[in-house]
Amino acid sequence: MGCVEEMDYEILLKNTSFKECREFVTSNFKEVYKVKPGYRMFEVYLIGVPPVMIGVDGDHVIFPYTKPCYGTFLLRIRGEEAIAALREGGGV
Amino acid sequence: MNRLNNTLLLLGCPELPAQTGIALYLANKLARKNVDVTIAGTRSAINLIKVSDPERNYAKKLIDLDRCIENIAEKRTDFDSCFVFIHNDAGIAYLATIHSISKADLSAIIFGSNAETLASTIEFECRKIVAKTAHNPIPLKKKIDEVI
Repeated sequence: MGCVEEMDYEILLKNTSFKECREFVTSNFKEVYKVKPGYRMFEVYLIGVPPVMIGVDGDHVIFPYTKPCYGTFLLRIRGEEAIAALREGGGV
Repeated sequence: MNRLNNTLLLLGCPELPAQTGIALYLANKLARKNVDVTIAGTRSAINLIKVSDPERNYAKKLIDLDRCIENIAEKRTDFDSCFVFIHNDAGIAYLATIHSISKADLSAIIFGSNAETLASTIEFECRKIVAKTAHNPIPLKKKIDEVI
């Protein structure tokens, strides 16, 4: 999963839970997509409890990123291709 | 429990000492039933297994956690059953992910100080092996012996 960590990301929430990430995304962004755990984005497979919520804010995507020892982070990363995939039905 | 063919032990963060011992115990127990066991974990979790079992008597197949998730998500591999080690919120997220991407018969091994609370957050059907222990593996071993 090195790809995300090598990208220019902003951490919106850290050491949080998937539930808090879901609530933050649905409360703070108008354009939101539901995906299943295992959804591939930025060459990573999203870990989480369904539905995994992904927000879109301009040309950035907001999504949960889980590491076993550090919990879940909510990241904001520029990703036009990821947004296009979500809009084309990549979400559930 | 039904006869198993191949099983995945999916380890969580190795900060709780009970995990490595229980993983090796369970791997041995399943291997003695002719089950093909694969252990997935972070680099630290895998290294703990390697150091604890240098002759690889119990941990015969090891795989990086991210690579394992990728292989299952891409349908390159799957398992008849899977035991997910859980002692934090991230562990619940991994359990739900395996539930979503795999057809494996799922068991949650839940331990640590918040074991019962964590167990109550699981929103789907799976076998729950729960013991409120972090250091001492015996309570968890007893629970495993009850179901396998």
